[in-house]
Amino acid sequence: MTLTRRSLLASSAMAAAAATLPAIPAFAQSGDTIKVGILHSLSGTMAISETTLKDVMLMLIDEQNKKGGLLGKKLEAVVVDPASNWPLFAEKARELITQHKVAATFGCWTSVSRKSVLPVFKELNNILFYPVQYEGEESERNVFYTGAAPNQQAIPAVDYLMSKDGGEVKRWVLAGTDYVYPRTTNKILEAYLLAKGVAKEDIMINYTPFGHSDWQTIVADIKKFGSAGKKTAVVSTINGDANVPFYKELGNAGIKATDIPVVAFSVGEEELAGIDTKPLVGHLAAWNYFQSVKNPANEAFIKQWKAYKKSDKAVTNDPMEAHVIGFNMWIKAVEKAKTVAPDAVIDAIVGVEVPNLTGGISKMLPNHHITKPVLIGEIRADGQFDVVWQTKDLVPGDAWTDHLEGSKDLEADWVNLKCGNYNTKLKKCG
Amino acid sequence: MRITRLPLTALRRLASCLFLGLFLMFGPQTHAALAGPLEDAAELFARDSFSDTAKAIELLADSGAEQAGPAIEALNDRRLFVAADKTVYFRDATGAFIALVTGAKLPAEPSGGSGVRVNNRIRSAINTALGTLTLQAPDPAKRRAAAEAVFKSRSPDSESALQAAIRNEKVAAIREIQQSALAAIIATSPNRSDIDRLAAIEVLKERGDREALTPLNQIPDSAGVNVKDAAKAAVQTINNRLATWSAVQNAWYGISLGSVLLLAAIGLAITFGVMGIINMAHGEMVMIGAYATFVIQEIIRQNAPGLFEYSLAIAIPAAFIIAGTIGIAMERLVIRHLYGRPLETLLATWGISLILMQATRTLFGPTNREVGAPAFMSGSFRIGLIDITYGRVWIVGFALVVFFAVLALLRFTPLGLQMRAVTQNRRMAASMGIRTARVDALTFGLGSGIAGLAGVALSQIDNVSPNLGQSYIIDSFMVVVFGGVGNLWGTLVAALSLGIANKFLEPFAGAVLGKIALLVFIILFIQKRPRGLFALKGRAVEQ
Repeated sequence: MTLTRRSLLASSAMAAAAATLPAIPAFAQSGDTIKVGILHSLSGTMAISETTLKDVMLMLIDEQNKKGGLLGKKLEAVVVDPASNWPLFAEKARELITQHKVAATFGCWTSVSRKSVLPVFKELNNILFYPVQYEGEESERNVFYTGAAPNQQAIPAVDYLMSKDGGEVKRWVLAGTDYVYPRTTNKILEAYLLAKGVAKEDIMINYTPFGHSDWQTIVADIKKFGSAGKKTAVVSTINGDANVPFYKELGNAGIKATDIPVVAFSVGEEELAGIDTKPLVGHLAAWNYFQSVKNPANEAFIKQWKAYKKSDKAVTNDPMEAHVIGFNMWIKAVEKAKTVAPDAVIDAIVGVEVPNLTGGISKMLPNHHITKPVLIGEIRADGQFDVVWQTKDLVPGDAWTDHLEGSKDLEADWVNLKCGNYNTKLKKCG
Repeated sequence: MRITRLPLTALRRLASCLFLGLFLMFGPQTHAALAGPLEDAAELFARDSFSDTAKAIELLADSGAEQAGPAIEALNDRRLFVAADKTVYFRDATGAFIALVTGAKLPAEPSGGSGVRVNNRIRSAINTALGTLTLQAPDPAKRRAAAEAVFKSRSPDSESALQAAIRNEKVAAIREIQQSALAAIIATSPNRSDIDRLAAIEVLKERGDREALTPLNQIPDSAGVNVKDAAKAAVQTINNRLATWSAVQNAWYGISLGSVLLLAAIGLAITFGVMGIINMAHGEMVMIGAYATFVIQEIIRQNAPGLFEYSLAIAIPAAFIIAGTIGIAMERLVIRHLYGRPLETLLATWGISLILMQATRTLFGPTNREVGAPAFMSGSFRIGLIDITYGRVWIVGFALVVFFAVLALLRFTPLGLQMRAVTQNRRMAASMGIRTARVDALTFGLGSGIAGLAGVALSQIDNVSPNLGQSYIIDSFMVVVFGGVGNLWGTLVAALSLGIANKFLEPFAGAVLGKIALLVFIILFIQKRPRGLFALKGRAVEQ
């Protein structure tokens, strides 16, 4: 999610280097195997987040093979490195489908990389599982969104902060990195807050460049905004690298969670690994999964992951869980369809239910999003999260938000309507 | 004795306020009589709901029992548990288990204990309760923190305890905070006379900082018109003061940003400025310095935790030597073959930067690494109305020390003389017996080593990740080019002026536009003065 100016330059060079390298198949033989594509950046700025997702996929495929594979065949992982370079994502996706003939692909992190591979998956009619929370406003036949839509993360987090337990927040700072995900999310949140009766002057919106590292002015502004006599909170869609200096500055400026809580949508266990979290105790994050959730399925997964990484310090996070859910759904759908042919799997997967790691059963919906619980966690001194609030039931993912003009009339349904953006007012698709 | 909770709460609170006074006079032997609130609190804790926990904290704080303070502290540190049989107990500092209701030591930890959950709301309640309980603690630092906590919470329940504390307080500075806390309570709670409120507003106006604005903005609607006007006037006065100070604050932020730019750019001022090598791997030298700091801290954490305070001091020479050695190796192996071919140098050093980044990623993993701050670098102090963090002060100081050390090295040492000689006229220097190849390697090593030093400082404020260097390379080139290639003073002036300009632009234009505006300005400036602020004059320039 980070994109420094030079990284564009850097990644295009790496792209050149990577293009000459062949993909690395996990198994040597092919033919009697089912190939699964893994499209995550292993170099460049996004490697920080995406490398673990590649590892978790390799682990899941390994496990499945130990259980006897799929349809009597072994699974074979095909790992390619799109090197945090958006156009290269499309190229590598094409390579996976046409050259390696993968049955499905698990990959992408940033919205811009997803947008870049969309035409390829549509044209070649293949399947992509996308595991990261995103801004919504999209539903494609060939894509399955296993991360959270805004109504599964942002809206419930704001609701929690407005509640008595959350501190009855009346004033809001929406701070984000300057690109599509924060801008869309903040637009949705602003509309939602205004509808809830929050005054315009009680909302402050602030954008910063990718990799922003000098937060003194903004943190001072937040402090100033927070001294107007109303309980204030920060909703942060700040991404990737910029978070560490932001939280360090918050700690330095003495802003405690009891004064001005910060709820983040992109900060998980992995990101906190690089910070001294003691001054941050009590700041919040909203996700659909936390490593600290006590549950036999989760404990088994963490144990398996630590053994696979051969490290006791290895942490798990939300997008990893999304891949677990997505992979298991795909397996079930293939078993149901008795073939890996994309069309059959796309039809079979809707309605498939698999257990998630927080104790519920997630279901694939006709809009290609899934049902998930929403959890609000507070940062602990050890860098993990304490769940302080969670939804009673699983929340179905809503592709088109109900809080924006132009989007609230749209509906996605790939079973009955066969359409990703059906306009319920005009009664037509597109 | 069990009493029904609801109708008597108010009465009991009154009684317990009295009791707190009595308790302070007569000591712990009175606590047995107060079994009621403690039992209620224990029952509320066992319900596992944040609202009930908040009520329980209030009951505990009002109970005046000896174990109340330690129990609330224990809750804050998650050492308060509910056993399977609903016994509520906590672990004290010595590791002993104490029952909440009786205050007696338990022979063993009860079975099935699960910690009472805490969230921000509970933490605020804890702060209020502890603030009230420790207002008269013997330790002045604790009393100050307690007074600040009460000021923030503005809970009317603390009023009587606060008044008692003001009477007994000997330290004027703490008494002032206590009085402003009392004023905040009077200004914001309902049912006060206008005269009291006006006096309270005066006290808050006197305090005059940003924190005083919050209670002034919360005058209840029941207050008289003159009170509201006075509060508005006070807010105006404070805002005016703050506006003046915000200019000072921007200047300080600018200097502090400038010092970071300076640190990142000094090394480049040598490799690019003095030697003329377009060194795209400069940022990676900064990153290596930061990773060196991380490794040193890890070694210290594992082998000699007592030395942690000095870890940065140890990391400074280590980072310099490691980055410098890699720089020398780079120069010997690659760059010396490319002198006079800037385009090839650019591509080669860029390639090296990618290799170094990916090597770091393979070696240390792609995720951020934690570099801790020693105690003397954390926290902040206040000058007038602005908070200044110690960490930033150290970085500004460090940047200036490094700058002047490099300046002195170039000016007053034989090595510096040789460096200047070689860069100004290589053949003449060679004829005078200077081993130019060796001087080249050392100069490049020096520049890289200084970049490593920057890494030590940057590890304190930025991510220690393989991408660390990337965010500074453009800024570094910008500073060196703006300041005038080959001129160290130019680098200093450029770094500070860019930092300050950035910080004065940011509040108006926002971070994104501010940065763009600055870049546009520099492009225009370079059009007008291609050699930067302080152009070198002389024959060397004409080459």
